[in-house]
Amino acid sequence: MTPMTRRSFLQTTVAGTAALGLSNSLFYRSASAQTALTVGFIYVGPKDDYGYNQAHAEGAAVIKALPGVTIIEEENVPETVDVQKTMESMINLDGAGLIFPTSFGYFDPHMLAMAEKYPDVQFRHCGGLWQEGKNPANTGSYFGYIGQGQYLNGINAGYATKSKKIGFVAAKPIPQVLQNINSFLLGARSVDPTITCQVIFTGEWSLAVKEAEATNALIDQGADVITCHVDSPKVVVETAAGRGAFICGYHANQSPLAPEKYLTGAEWAWGNVYTDFIKKAQAGEPLGNFVRGGLKDGFVKMSPLGPGVSEEARKKFDATLAEIKTGTFSVFKGPLKDNKGADVVTAGQAFAEDAIELESMAYLVEGVVGSTS
Amino acid sequence: MTIQANLSSEPVLSTRNPSAVLEWLARQAEPVVISLGAILAGLALFSIFIVLVGKSPIDLFKLMYTGGFGSWFSIQNSLSRAAPLLLTGLCVALPARLGLVIIGGEGAVVLGGVAAAAAALPLIGVLPPAIVLVIMAVAGMIMGGIWIGLAGLLRHYRGVNETISSLLLAYIAIALMNHVIEGVLRDPASLNKPSTTPLPADYMLGNIPGMDVNWGLAIGVVACIVSWIIIETTSVGFAARIAGGNVRAAQIQGLPVGQLIVGFTALAGTFAGLAGMVEVAAVQGSANASLAAGYGYTGILVAFLARHNPLAIIPVAILLGGIDASGGLIQRRLGLPDATVLVLQGTLFIVILFCETLYGRFKMFNPDLWKRSA
Repeated sequence: MTPMTRRSFLQTTVAGTAALGLSNSLFYRSASAQTALTVGFIYVGPKDDYGYNQAHAEGAAVIKALPGVTIIEEENVPETVDVQKTMESMINLDGAGLIFPTSFGYFDPHMLAMAEKYPDVQFRHCGGLWQEGKNPANTGSYFGYIGQGQYLNGINAGYATKSKKIGFVAAKPIPQVLQNINSFLLGARSVDPTITCQVIFTGEWSLAVKEAEATNALIDQGADVITCHVDSPKVVVETAAGRGAFICGYHANQSPLAPEKYLTGAEWAWGNVYTDFIKKAQAGEPLGNFVRGGLKDGFVKMSPLGPGVSEEARKKFDATLAEIKTGTFSVFKGPLKDNKGADVVTAGQAFAEDAIELESMAYLVEGVVGSTS
Repeated sequence: MTIQANLSSEPVLSTRNPSAVLEWLARQAEPVVISLGAILAGLALFSIFIVLVGKSPIDLFKLMYTGGFGSWFSIQNSLSRAAPLLLTGLCVALPARLGLVIIGGEGAVVLGGVAAAAAALPLIGVLPPAIVLVIMAVAGMIMGGIWIGLAGLLRHYRGVNETISSLLLAYIAIALMNHVIEGVLRDPASLNKPSTTPLPADYMLGNIPGMDVNWGLAIGVVACIVSWIIIETTSVGFAARIAGGNVRAAQIQGLPVGQLIVGFTALAGTFAGLAGMVEVAAVQGSANASLAAGYGYTGILVAFLARHNPLAIIPVAILLGGIDASGGLIQRRLGLPDATVLVLQGTLFIVILFCETLYGRFKMFNPDLWKRSA
């Protein structure tokens, strides 16, 4: 076969199909098939991880049912040249016209490099990193504000805890994670201001042994409600439930793992987001380059409340959720100190969930036991 | 498994005696036939597994061909994935010739990448890209050499098992990397994914002209050839093979076994460190947690499949790159999980290790036996 550039390969998609002897059941991006769309999903871990990747795979499953849409998925793709080649392979061999690389680390340089090479393909990245003028127009970001979901988790934890100690198993001390920890504690403190939250950082997004150790250590120190921010909460949930602690979930619904001990959870609702993208793509409308939303926009949802949730807790949970859905609720409002005693939010100040100040959060609020470094 | 020193002097190809040619061919054919047979047997076993999960092995192998080697794009895809494995494979193969099993190449990759990124930081804009890249390569190689050399040092002077120590050193390396990229070397702009400050585009190591594969591939191939020359044609390589075959004999001969052990482990580490530098300079643009992508561990598989022959590492790495490249297509078209490819790799690994025991058992490859029975 003569050397063929990828560009010419794309332009002669039909010929390429015949030459490669590919299955003709695939949909290709072509002028003759306006509504037929092949959508690629790339996951950094297994798609049945009860966590980050499962949340995206559930979203993909929702759009699978839409007419004219073919879904192609690849899991366990590392953030190396592998993901670049996976994107190219989806474009060249499967004819993908829209690609969702779902892991944070896929953006720069991997997705950006592929987007420049394939200007006719649309790329949308989960993580909120896209910058106008700096990044290609055929790329974009989508992300959800899930901090208020952790605040609602905290409310349930506040009612469920007897020891007044709750625990958080965290991956890395980065802004997104710190915001979740702080929101969880502030939710619990809205119920009882004496509650403290111990946090343990494992240092990795997916490290089952350390996550189990951290969960056990938190419970040994008296915590009786546990939540986490790691890629797969499965180990944390099962370990905590095995020790008799209550659990608040994260990323996806983990209640099947511990039906009695699961209070609620902050889940992504990517199905809504993906459906919106696909409908726009099929209608020929622009997809939007920067899409974000929270509970009120349907980007994030709460797991159904479990049997361990009291009537009192349910009332406060429902009321707060209703307030959040009006868009006027602020988790971070002054006066607020960090756990070293410094003022971080002054009196009278209140940050909405999309406030830019929250995106570089580098502190743990008063009441969180732990350190960012 | 035994690590063969292969000390018997190769029969010189003689045109005077046609049967000598035949004997030479027979000896050369043994590793090729056994290796290919092992791969075929592994694929056959894997087919049984595929049938058990309800898929057609024929479809699967067709897809593997399409995804790995079926087009120029697929070939480049495979070569891109093979590139780092060439260097990490050498990190295992070279010490293995001395009888050492080093499995911690990952640590040298990670720290080599960090050292390369750190070395480049103060030089951006001061020196031209070509010189900065050379300095990055040297920094990565020194760092990697020190790291794996340390395992050799511990082995020779303190009697610490090099397999265990190199593995533990890899964990330390990853922890060290996390420490510096989340600390002193962190680019403040890298909020949610701690990284060093990215290299400007003109300081990146680009692609090989005419190909969509970065220079790492060429560097890896050259490294394999150089390693082969060192092992097979130099007196140092000969001494290493003697030490690997029988360390007592080597000592009695007065060979500097300690220097050989430290030297070869350090050399092995320089290659893995270079792989880390390429990862930073050609792919990532900065050092971050993505450096620990498992290349060091896949290198173990590559080296063992290549029977620690540096030249054989080239086709083996490309084969594994192809399997990896086709893994995505298998997931997408057949709906099989990613673990399918791991099952295939594991099956091949076990079968090839098993086939090591077949060497010397076939009469057709052993001309000495022909004469005896005649």
